[in-house]
Amino acid sequence: MNRRTFLTASGLKRKSRIVSAAYTGRTSSGIAPYTGPWTSNEVIHLLKRTMFGAKPVDIRYFEGKTLDDAVDELLNITSPLPEPPVKEYDTSEAQTPDSNVDAGTTWINDHNEDDKIGWARKNSLKKWWVGVMINQPRNIREKMIMFWHNHFATEMASTSNGRYAYKHHSMLRSDALGNFKSLARAITVDPLMLVYQNGEKNQKGAPDENFARELQELFTLGKENNPNYSEDDVKAAARVLTGWRNDPETNTSYFDPERHDTGNKTFSSFYNHTTITGRTGPSAGDEELNDLMDMIFSKGREASEYIVKELYRWFVYYEIDDAARVNVIEPLAMMLRNANWEIKPVVSALLKSEHFFDPLNQGCLIKSPVDFLVGLCREFDVALPDQGDYATRYSTLEGLLYQLDLLQQSPGDPPSVSGWPAYYQIPSFHELWINNDTYPRRTQFTDTMVYHGFTRLGFELKIDAIAFTRSLSNPGDPKALLSDVLDVLYRITLSDTAKEQLKRDILLTGQTSDYYWTNAWNTYIANPSDMMAYQTVYSRLNELYRYLLALPEYQLS
Amino acid sequence: MKRRAFLRHTVPAAILPAFVNGQTITALSPSPLLNMLTNFTTETDHVLVIIQMNGGNDGLNMVIPRDNYSGYFNARSNIAIPENKILALQGNAKTGLHPAMTGIQQLYNDGKAAIVQSAGYPQPNLSHFRSTDIWMSGSDSEEVVDTGWVGRYLNYEFPNFPNGYPNAVMPDPPAIQIGAVSSLTFHGPSMGMAMSITNPTSFYSIVDDVQDPAPATRAGKELTYVREIARQTELFATSVKRAASKTTQQLPYPENNRLAEQLKIVARLVKGGLKTRVYMVSYNGFDTHSMQTDQADTTIGKHADLLKELSDSVKAFQDDLAFMGVEDRVITFTFSEFGRRIKSNFSIGTDHGVAAPMLVFGSKVQNGILGKNPDIPSGISVHDNIPHQYDYRSVYASILEQWFCADTVALQSVLLKNFQSLPLIQNGVCSNINDVNQNAEASLIFNYPNPFTTSTQVKYTVRSGHVLVQVIDGMGRVVKILVDKVQDGNTHTISFDSTGLATGVYYLRLQNGALQQVRPILKVR
Repeated sequence: MNRRTFLTASGLKRKSRIVSAAYTGRTSSGIAPYTGPWTSNEVIHLLKRTMFGAKPVDIRYFEGKTLDDAVDELLNITSPLPEPPVKEYDTSEAQTPDSNVDAGTTWINDHNEDDKIGWARKNSLKKWWVGVMINQPRNIREKMIMFWHNHFATEMASTSNGRYAYKHHSMLRSDALGNFKSLARAITVDPLMLVYQNGEKNQKGAPDENFARELQELFTLGKENNPNYSEDDVKAAARVLTGWRNDPETNTSYFDPERHDTGNKTFSSFYNHTTITGRTGPSAGDEELNDLMDMIFSKGREASEYIVKELYRWFVYYEIDDAARVNVIEPLAMMLRNANWEIKPVVSALLKSEHFFDPLNQGCLIKSPVDFLVGLCREFDVALPDQGDYATRYSTLEGLLYQLDLLQQSPGDPPSVSGWPAYYQIPSFHELWINNDTYPRRTQFTDTMVYHGFTRLGFELKIDAIAFTRSLSNPGDPKALLSDVLDVLYRITLSDTAKEQLKRDILLTGQTSDYYWTNAWNTYIANPSDMMAYQTVYSRLNELYRYLLALPEYQLS
Repeated sequence: MKRRAFLRHTVPAAILPAFVNGQTITALSPSPLLNMLTNFTTETDHVLVIIQMNGGNDGLNMVIPRDNYSGYFNARSNIAIPENKILALQGNAKTGLHPAMTGIQQLYNDGKAAIVQSAGYPQPNLSHFRSTDIWMSGSDSEEVVDTGWVGRYLNYEFPNFPNGYPNAVMPDPPAIQIGAVSSLTFHGPSMGMAMSITNPTSFYSIVDDVQDPAPATRAGKELTYVREIARQTELFATSVKRAASKTTQQLPYPENNRLAEQLKIVARLVKGGLKTRVYMVSYNGFDTHSMQTDQADTTIGKHADLLKELSDSVKAFQDDLAFMGVEDRVITFTFSEFGRRIKSNFSIGTDHGVAAPMLVFGSKVQNGILGKNPDIPSGISVHDNIPHQYDYRSVYASILEQWFCADTVALQSVLLKNFQSLPLIQNGVCSNINDVNQNAEASLIFNYPNPFTTSTQVKYTVRSGHVLVQVIDGMGRVVKILVDKVQDGNTHTISFDSTGLATGVYYLRLQNGALQQVRPILKVR
């Protein structure tokens, strides 16, 4: 995996040259429920952190609720699972095309071992996923799926079996707010993970330690409190996990007792010298795996703090200082243990806390590429082709997927089993998303979305500056227009001087009287089909949005 | 697993170019050969600086008709510049400058300035927005064009920009807009041709190492980080910064002068060796509906300050360019979206008007005044406007032709049609420039009877070539085209039937090659 390559790209090297602004650093706020004002600012903060971008219609919706109700609604997911990905790919190069699957219908139930078909299906899944994120209903699910995807990082590229990839994804989707321990257990025998971390090759006599290590180091305990586990623990766990295999025909994993190491497995002092009794027979794999999970999760403090820190970095900020550790991480970790590893109460407590709404913690997350791109599409309500026109829809989504890849975050294919470096690489963390390569690409993407759009199969994917502007409270007043727009797009407050300059230089084309904009807007509204009236407001709005989206402020959420 | 291999697999290369239209695809299609084959770039080190005077400049108080001072005074007595305060121009007794413009007077007398009288366009639009768009796009009044005239020119010179740029032919931004936002002027068919500037102060930051304040929060810390990256990666930032740092010595510029600050940066970059062809600077405040001048002293006040800002900064700029030895490489012209009414209003101001003079500066400029002072007939109403003598696009066309040595194909594709060539630049800059003698003061067109009631005979003298005779009303609209064809070099007569037209002042406009002339005529009951 080329994690290394990514790190040595300009991001890290540049780091040393950058002088941090002096900032009033610490906050002592904890997980006591937030009781301060509940205004559009707090709503937008909550939405930008729990969904991708804050849509104006969602902002208005939650403004009418209480904070508790808003968080509860985001977490108690009632929306149905999306319709599965469909066959939209060309099968002409396949030796065994899946002709039994009609174009436009789903392939997820069809077994086919042709590599070309497999790759095409994975791509269809990835495109589909981008579409699902853009059309996400009003809840936290998509953000949590991405969280788990980064946590249990698995590369679809490791297999040519599209159904494994979909099964893996579906598990994260249905358990997005489920139980951490159950999820860790399920992921251990997930077909895609068995391929990715060589679990299916792990057998008695020649154990493959790959997964046994990552299970402890990356998926449950972390290695922060060195030494957590020992090398012997890796070896012992690998022996526990021998015998698991995949069956592509049934799209499941299964346990093969013949390949299982039936001896006792004894662990180090870290695990209190626990011995997992070797078993035989068809249930041996499940039984020993249960023992292994119980043993790992008996290290409650390590496991709970590890995952809570990741949640904190996902939803709040990457830096965890002593105050945050004592006031937020430790109490939430205890809550997680007391809740028997249920994730939802912990996320709920975090999102309702005074720490989450602390002004110091607002606006400081650098958007991941997915947050950036999906958020942009959602905030501007960019329309995708209809589901029915699957060819155009998937083709358009392929374009967005390509952009995400350029921006260094291709959903389904994290750079390594560690996930994306922005979530673990000390000390830069999220800053790694922005470097001399990705920043101009972000700007080019937004420029294009504003000015020319991306066209595929005759469909133009583009920001509709006029429609977006019309949805604002008072677009005829340039001050109100700007203020509404900045609320949605920025988490950094612009100075009055900057606002005035934006208004004058862009909306007023250098003039000082607001009336000129008002007049131009009203003229257009009165004659929407008049090309000249349209062009007059359209060109200025386009320039306004292009400009705002290119500023560093737009990179923060 | 090789991630890159996977990518090649997932995104069929054939689809890429279509999708990434307008995107940087250097990594995907590095083709220096193709670049070389398609490179028709004209070799030139010439630089054009465009000064935008935002708001609609009152041209009549900037370039003042001395030959018809009473007409001028009567039309706008509350803002008229006293006759004895008008600055004289060497070799031209008929026209003078606003008293605040001593710098430009000096430049003119030194042979480094030209004035193009009454530049505008038919069917003028009096909306700031629309008229600015027209001037920037180079479109007809009724035509909606979403690219800029400079953008089209630069796109012609540097095809496919920004794909494959910077490169050896153009290592620097083709155009630089000083200020916050990208202007329509620089918009090419697929992408902005100007340096992408992503922060209102970032250009100044690049050149002067100034950093914006970020809030003292975690968000501020991250903002500072992203800004730093943004600053480092602004397209062409390195080359611009390098050029700026090469210029170590400049002459002083006036203080507290918005335009001077910008022109100083331009001079610095030109001297520093940037190959950038076009710079645009702008300042605003020309929308002088009221209190255009001081109530007691019409030579001072808002408009005088604006003209002084222009004059002082342009003079300093020109002197600096001369001092640094790059004067012969730079010309500058001014434009504003429209002029103002002939008659002033009761608020000591002027309302939106039509044509106004454009000023052109540079050591290679053909010194003098093109065209004649606007006619100010007695008894004009507040609605009457100065009709255009020169289409503004003729100025663009002449600069592209005589300064950037653009060929006719380029001119045609950039300006969307043919415009007359005006003698703006000294001969020899481009070898193929024709020596066109200006003869605008001779009486080339007149009518009889005048005044007339319905019909009048129009007599005009032309040289062999294309002839255009238009009738323009007081609002600047072309109400009739009398002649639009190639004719012999001779004196011709044509009848103008004004049936259906209201009584009032009209203008006959003759265009014959580089020549044109405008005459007022009067329709009466």
